[in-house]
Amino acid sequence: MQVPGPFEYERASSVDQAIGLLDRLGPSARLVAGGHSLLPMMKLRLADLEYLIDINDLHGELGYIRVEAAQIRIGAMARHRELLESDALAEAFPIFRDAERVIADPVVRNRGTLGGSLCQADPSEDLSAVCTTLNASCVIRGSAGERVVTMDEFYRGPYETAVGDGEILIEVRLPVRPRGSSAYEKVERRAGDWAVASAGAAVWLDDAGAIADARVGLAAVGPNTTGLPAISEALRGQQPSEAAYEQAGVLASQSCEPVTDTRGSEEYKRHLAKELTKRALRRSVARIAERV
Amino acid sequence: MQVSMTVNGEQVTREIEGRLLLVHFLRDHLRLTGTHWGCDTSNCGTCVVWMDGEPVKSCTVLAAMAGGHEVRTVEGLEQNGELDPVQRGFMECHGLQCGFCTPGMMMTARALLDRNPDPSEGEIREAISGQICRCTGYATIVRSVQWAAAEQAGTRTSVVTAP
Repeated sequence: MQVPGPFEYERASSVDQAIGLLDRLGPSARLVAGGHSLLPMMKLRLADLEYLIDINDLHGELGYIRVEAAQIRIGAMARHRELLESDALAEAFPIFRDAERVIADPVVRNRGTLGGSLCQADPSEDLSAVCTTLNASCVIRGSAGERVVTMDEFYRGPYETAVGDGEILIEVRLPVRPRGSSAYEKVERRAGDWAVASAGAAVWLDDAGAIADARVGLAAVGPNTTGLPAISEALRGQQPSEAAYEQAGVLASQSCEPVTDTRGSEEYKRHLAKELTKRALRRSVARIAERV
Repeated sequence: MQVSMTVNGEQVTREIEGRLLLVHFLRDHLRLTGTHWGCDTSNCGTCVVWMDGEPVKSCTVLAAMAGGHEVRTVEGLEQNGELDPVQRGFMECHGLQCGFCTPGMMMTARALLDRNPDPSEGEIREAISGQICRCTGYATIVRSVQWAAAEQAGTRTSVVTAP
C-alpha cells in the first residue's frame, strides 16, 4: 500500500491566496494541481513536504485558453482534456493535439494540468517539449509581482524550474506567427506510457516558400528538453526538402544525450530522435500547405 | 481534518488525515467497496470514480481534494433499483470474468456514453485505454459498451453475438 507521508492540507481559492499561503508556510509547502505527478512522488516518499496547498479551485481563474492576434495565452490550470479538445488551440498549434492524444490516458487527462506538467519538469514529459518547440514564455507570479521567462530559462534541469519559493506559474504564452504549423511525434511502448523518445517541430515559411524559422524540441532523450538552436540555424533560408529534414534529423540525433534503459538502448533512442524529428518537420510543412 | 462531500447523492462528513486517498476514504471510511483498489499508480484504472461528472483515478486524488465535490461510485450506477444499461451490457456480453477491473470500466463507459451516446469501437477503446483488464482481452468489454449504447438508443435488435 502506497500512502504519502503526513502533511497539513490547505486549499487556496485564488492566486493571491495561494501566494499568501506559500509566503506564510515557507519552503516546506508545495502546490498541488492535478496531482498525477506529485502524489505518486509523495507516495514513494521522493517528495517530502509539510504543507500541501491544493490549487484546483483556481481552475476558474487559470483554466483559460485565450486566442489573441499575436499570441495564445493558456492558464496554468488548463487541464490536458481541455488542451486536447480546444479547436482554437489545434488550429493555431496542431502540435498540442498531437501531443495530448498520447499523454497518459483520458482519465488522467481529466486531472493533469499544463502548469503542473511544466513545473514537474520531467525530461520525459511531452508538454515541456511542446512549449519549447513553440518558443513559449512562462508567467510566474509571487508577492513581489510578475515576471516572464522563456522556456529555456524556465527549465533549469530535471525536476527544477525557475519558479522560486513563494511563486506560482500562472500562464503560458505562445507567440503566433504567420505561415507556420507544427507537429508532434512520439514513440511509446504501450498506449499512455512515457515516451521512448519524442520530437516536436514547428516551421514558419516566408513568402517565397523557404523556411523563415524552424524549431525542434525533444523529450526523453537526455536531461534537457531545451530546443536545438543548431537545427534552427541549419534550416533557416532552406527550401523545405527531404534533404533538409535529414540534416535536421542528424543534428537531433547528435545533439541529444539518451541513456540505455528499459525503454530502449541509447542507439535506438538516437535513431528515434532523428526519425521523429524528420517526421515532425515533414508533417509541419505539409500542414502549412494544407492551410494555404 | 474534516472533509464533506456528496457521494452518490448523499452528503457525508468524516474526520480524516490529509494524506488519505479518495479510494481508501470510499472503501474504508464509507464501506463502499465496489470501487476497487489496484495498482496504486494511476495505471490500472480499477479505482475510477466520478468527481463532478468526470472519471478520475481515486488512488491519485486525496479525499481532501474531493471535499465540496460530488463523487459517484459504481454503487451509484443503479437508479431506483434498476441496473444501468452499462451494467446490463456487461452481464449480457460477458464484459467481466474475475470482475476486478469492472467498476472502473463501467464508470468510464457510463461517462463516455453520457458525452457520446453512439461511440465507435475506436472511441470506446480510447476511452478505456487507461484501464487494464487481464481476463477478457477487452473484446467483450467493448461489446458490452456497444450493447449499452444500442439499448439506450432503442436500436438493439438482438444480443450481440461473439464473432
